[in-house]
Amino acid sequence: MEPLMAVGIGILYAVAIFLILRRSIVKLVIGFVLLANAANLLIFTTAGMTRDAPPLIADDRLLPAGNVADPLPQAVVLTAIVIAFGVLAFAVVLIRRAYEIVQADDMDQMKDTDT
Amino acid sequence: MVQLYIGLGFLLAAVAPLLHRWMGDRTNLLLVVYPALAALWLISQAPGVIAGNNLVFTADWVPSLGLSLTLMLDGLALMFALLISIVGAFVLLYAGGYLKGNPDMARFHAAFMAFMAAMFGLVLADGLVTLFVFWELTSITSYLLIGFNHQDEKSREAARQSLFVTVGGGLALMAGLVLLGIASGSWSLTDIRSLETDLREHALYTPMLLCLVVGAFTKSAQFPFHFWLPNAMAAPSPVSAYLHSATMVKAGIYLLARLQPDLGDTALWTALLSLGGGVTMLLGAFMAVRYTNIKKLLAYSTIMALGTLTMLLGIGSDEALIAFAVFLVAHSLYKGSLFMVAGILDHETGTQDIQAMGGLRAAMPVTAAAAMLAALSFAGLPPLLGFVGKEAMLKAVLKADAFPLLLAVLAFSAAFLTIAAAAIVALRPFLGTLKATPRTPHEAPLSMLLGPSVLALLSLLLGLFVPLTGPAFSAVVTAVAGAPVEVPLSLWHGVNLPLVLTMSSLLLGIGLYLCWDGVRARLATLTPVTHRGPQAWYYAILRAFVSLAEWQTRVLQNGYMRHYILVMLVTLAALLVNSILIRHAPGLSLAFDVRFHEVMVAATMMLGALAAPMLRSSLGAVVSVGVTGFSIALIFLLFSAPDLAITQLLVETLTVILLVLVLFRLPRFSHLSTRFERIRDGVVAAVVGGLLSLLVLIAWDVKQFTPISQYMIENSVSLAHGRNIVNVILVDYRALDTLGEMFVLSLAAIGVIAMLKLRVPPVRRSTGE
Repeated sequence: MEPLMAVGIGILYAVAIFLILRRSIVKLVIGFVLLANAANLLIFTTAGMTRDAPPLIADDRLLPAGNVADPLPQAVVLTAIVIAFGVLAFAVVLIRRAYEIVQADDMDQMKDTDT
Repeated sequence: MVQLYIGLGFLLAAVAPLLHRWMGDRTNLLLVVYPALAALWLISQAPGVIAGNNLVFTADWVPSLGLSLTLMLDGLALMFALLISIVGAFVLLYAGGYLKGNPDMARFHAAFMAFMAAMFGLVLADGLVTLFVFWELTSITSYLLIGFNHQDEKSREAARQSLFVTVGGGLALMAGLVLLGIASGSWSLTDIRSLETDLREHALYTPMLLCLVVGAFTKSAQFPFHFWLPNAMAAPSPVSAYLHSATMVKAGIYLLARLQPDLGDTALWTALLSLGGGVTMLLGAFMAVRYTNIKKLLAYSTIMALGTLTMLLGIGSDEALIAFAVFLVAHSLYKGSLFMVAGILDHETGTQDIQAMGGLRAAMPVTAAAAMLAALSFAGLPPLLGFVGKEAMLKAVLKADAFPLLLAVLAFSAAFLTIAAAAIVALRPFLGTLKATPRTPHEAPLSMLLGPSVLALLSLLLGLFVPLTGPAFSAVVTAVAGAPVEVPLSLWHGVNLPLVLTMSSLLLGIGLYLCWDGVRARLATLTPVTHRGPQAWYYAILRAFVSLAEWQTRVLQNGYMRHYILVMLVTLAALLVNSILIRHAPGLSLAFDVRFHEVMVAATMMLGALAAPMLRSSLGAVVSVGVTGFSIALIFLLFSAPDLAITQLLVETLTVILLVLVLFRLPRFSHLSTRFERIRDGVVAAVVGGLLSLLVLIAWDVKQFTPISQYMIENSVSLAHGRNIVNVILVDYRALDTLGEMFVLSLAAIGVIAMLKLRVPPVRRSTGE
């Protein structure tokens, strides 16, 4: 599965970068969402992907039965998902305010500090 | 202890402004105690050092790196430290009179004391790093002192120029010292001295020597770096007397003398130093007689003296080193004295132009006497120390192993030009009829007379009793030669070739003095040549730097954020290509182990992402991003990460809702960029994406360490009492991370609320379109 995911991650990154390089701010934000997803997948994939073995421990045991998926990258990615959402919420509201004032979706029209 | 005393100098510099608040113009009387005590201590140590016992004061700095603050007092260091303390004490007294009433006196004292302490550190340092630190400190304090009159643009320019040249040389010095440290395997001068191996045969010898010589030449104003010194005359006269004649400009000479036993006496060393020094010597002497500004004239004659010292180190024979030591002391004494005389003339008459002065002997008899006495030493006439130095110099030059004839011609020409320069400085302002000057001349106060008189008298006394100074100079020469050297010094050697040369140069010099005005007019025709000298190169280099900076700013920092991102991405791609394709050519193991439903989920994710940039409507783009996000949640679920799947589902839902709420009022996408830009960005994006794919493949294949999560899995129940290991990590093992995450979220929430609630009334544009 990992080689397939590697291709997927590459596509996510490529699309995210292409969108971030656009002049439209909305595209930039969409690119940002994709970029965050790509980074999360990258961490998740490089740690190795395991089927049907969640890092849980049954009630009557001290250790999980058999090998389980590595829990550490999962914890890291979980934090990253939430943080990315926080940043996204902030960015989206920022765009909204900027659009209200500049009346344009074009980064090149936001070079003035006088508006 | 000595380290603490140097520290005390910096402390005095720091509190000088406070002292001024309490003591006003008398602060210098307190500060002068510092160099005076140092001088007394040095004199008390002198017998031991002359007897051959070098003092070492050990102190650790960073022992793990082999760095120390160890100081070492041998003959060479003793001579320099004595000059620094004695000349420093008199210049401090002198400055009290010269700058009397100046509101910036506190600033002067702060920089001056810091310079003095740095200079002590420089000549006493045993560690290479310590030496470099103090070396740079002298450059910086010198910058502050040259730019003391910062209202004057010429002052600022001169200060900047000296800083660029000396600190630029400092960089070369640093490289040289690092090479020296690598080649010798030691960072201590004492250890390098006692090294078994010969550094001259080391492979790094040539680059090391070139770097060190550039550092020394810039500091000591050797051709072609000499031009900053005459410009530095924009500094107040006490600064010129101290930094730019007696002490700082000799730091480069000190360094060369210090390294002479380890690096000297090779063909490269001899050629660089004796020719470089010889050319500097003649150039300085020749340029000196072209100027009527007394400080410029003295500055060029200082360049002459520095060139002479460098040349003597280049020759490197015992005679040359004896001449080096005597000439150095003589020059410091007479030049310090003459600069202070120049300051008195400037101060009391209001002009620095020699032609505007005349007949001042009646108005200022003491100044005139001091000037003439110092000038006798300057000209190298008996019975002063300058005579002994010059005789020894001529003797050493005549016996030089390499280029004796060329150096002799250079030395003889410099000698007669110097005699003319000495006569101009000491006679023109004082003899003849009294000329009207901007200020009515009168004798300077005692504080200003003390320095020049005592230094001039010292020149005379040391000259008269020169045989007695033999042991002291022999300690210096021993330190420079690296082996014991007896110094037979006397005033009268009988009639020999050097004496004949001195006499004939005296005749020529007096001749030049008498027809100076005519000669200067002739020399004016050379102006176009001198204007294309090293100073012009300096400005050309500066201009080139500015153009380069402008060009790269225009190209790399043009104000468009996506342009910056593009530059970073291209750099990233280049680094990735270098590390994963070229340096670690990857060996991929493409183990395909997939199920049908997994392929379908992954394909949905990719299609969703690919659709995003194609769609014209922003809502469509949001939907495609949502498709990608939900597919990722499914992947998490399929591969044993239920917590991630839940979080991703929640967040993706919220994201889509948020985007739709905010964006549905925005217009459809319009194509803002050109076709070329889209293709360029597409190519960059595809390349970076492809490289990242490769990176993932390789990273997944490389397993260098056992995962640290094994510990977390094993102790999840027993230590943290949790059965969901991911949750245990979040709230227990890495609880601080989670706290930080909560903080970030709260900040984002506050920001969102602030922006939604904040309503600024529309501002009318002052410049309408």
